[in-house]
Amino acid sequence: MVRMMSPGLLRYMAGRLLRALLTVVGLVTIVFLLVRLIPGDPVEAILGDQAGPEEKAELRRALDLDRPVGEQYLSFLGNMADGSMGTSFRQPDRSVWSMMSDVLPYTIVLAIAALLVAWFVAIPLGTIAAAQAGKGWDKIASTVAVAGLAIPNIWLGPLLILAFGVKLRWLPLPGDDLAGPEALILPAITIGTALAAVLTRQTRAAMIEVLAQQYITAARARGVPSVPLLLRHALRNALLPVMTIGAAQLGALLSGTVVTEKIFERPGLGTLFLDAFFARDIPVVQGCVLIIAVIYVGVNLFVDLAYGLVDPRVRLS
Amino acid sequence: MSKVRARLRKTPLGLAIVIGFFVLGLIGPWVAPYDPLAIDLLHEYEPPSWTHLLGTGDNGIDILSALLHGARLAAIVGVVVVGVSVLIGTLLGTWAGYAGRLTDHAVTGIADLVQAFPAIVLNIAVLALVARPGLMHLIAALAVNGWVLYARLARAETLTLREREFVEAARALGIPTHQVLRRHVIPNLLGPLVIQATTGLGVVILAESTLSFLGLGPGKAVSWGALLDQGTSVLLRFPHVALFSGGAIALSVLGFNLTGDWLRDRLDPRFR
Repeated sequence: MVRMMSPGLLRYMAGRLLRALLTVVGLVTIVFLLVRLIPGDPVEAILGDQAGPEEKAELRRALDLDRPVGEQYLSFLGNMADGSMGTSFRQPDRSVWSMMSDVLPYTIVLAIAALLVAWFVAIPLGTIAAAQAGKGWDKIASTVAVAGLAIPNIWLGPLLILAFGVKLRWLPLPGDDLAGPEALILPAITIGTALAAVLTRQTRAAMIEVLAQQYITAARARGVPSVPLLLRHALRNALLPVMTIGAAQLGALLSGTVVTEKIFERPGLGTLFLDAFFARDIPVVQGCVLIIAVIYVGVNLFVDLAYGLVDPRVRLS
Repeated sequence: MSKVRARLRKTPLGLAIVIGFFVLGLIGPWVAPYDPLAIDLLHEYEPPSWTHLLGTGDNGIDILSALLHGARLAAIVGVVVVGVSVLIGTLLGTWAGYAGRLTDHAVTGIADLVQAFPAIVLNIAVLALVARPGLMHLIAALAVNGWVLYARLARAETLTLREREFVEAARALGIPTHQVLRRHVIPNLLGPLVIQATTGLGVVILAESTLSFLGLGPGKAVSWGALLDQGTSVLLRFPHVALFSGGAIALSVLGFNLTGDWLRDRLDPRFR
């Protein structure tokens, strides 16, 4: 491990870390600016003309709006840096971070379950499609991929509840006890379907590319049977780009949790975010947006670093 | 050969859906049999029948009429958001690609930052800044990140166009930059932009539905997403509301996706 940390690798990792850090500062700045760029009085715009003067003063204080902009920015950065991320406007005794950390595990578990569903469907389907390119299974796989992409998750969720919760009664309905892992299945499928569609296409494309390479022809010539050839020789090399979840898919995964938590009445970051939206609890809204973006940047950074370790070519580019 | 035939079979479907969507968006409210907000409590949540072809929903509203009015909202939001996004994105992207250096770094940097927020999440955050979000707020919220895709595309195309002989020749003749861009660069961007915008329409329609589904849509307007939200809350007893409204969303998105693919195959020589 230590031997692998060459100067080139270290430079690559330091560069990526610095860039991620700068990105996070940029994200914080954008979230800070969102409220400040509202024309006129932001508090008036956010709460409407029905709000009482006390409520307005409270929000003004929660957002630090009664101080000069420079000071506001510094104190905003300070709140982010010390980990509290400010205090809730509706529950002034709670820090935004404490509210988020209570529900974050639910969302992370859901996102990972959705990712597993996507892999579980996409990798076998994409492999079979590539092995039979142009034939029956390939057509089925591409139809599934098109359908999976076209069905919006706001519709898929209710359809799944109707089929597996109401008609077949196999799985729990929204609002039922969330204790068992079976309550995770339908929400995970709801988010994972679109991702599965994208990954099926990626697996298929990667496998077709690998299968055309000479070492596969050589293995085939040596008489390696087709199943071990596919799984041991080809899939291993095709899988890396597929498992490296793309940035766009990660965004879809995170947005998917917001929608799915509402459909299935699950606690989580999305539910907290929407509740904060309707209460106009702006500090919590800001915190949720920021944490979701930071998770996104963090996962991308992790993927880049892991790639740098595994594949020396990445460090040089 | 079979690919060509498959494509031919697919083409009319996607395009037919898109044309149908816009026709209904245009004339929908006039041909709707009922007022989509008319309350008829005696006939709440009735299954499809001859008097109500797609049944009734919350407060006895006629679902078919609500869907027809919803098509108008989806069409308006889709066209306006995509129009504004293409305009802003093309201007910024072309400028960044042509000017290079600091301008390019600034535009690309902002685009990267905006894209680090999942689209819907940023849309919701923007809408949270308004007490009672209306149609204009919804459009603005969707355009906040809508422009990024087109800016990237315009920038990438401009970078290659900038090095082409005809652009270089125009520059050498001393034609001012804004004219070079208007006459020689931007016209050559239109093909890729149209392809992207077609798929983009589907994305915006889905985003509008999702926001309305979450309860953040424009107040009184009839929206497919809001109807699907109502349908989901009575899903166990009256599934037809969710089935029809969700089906309308899915079909439209599918139509724009298929048409975008079809246009790309036809217009972009690289995919032939």
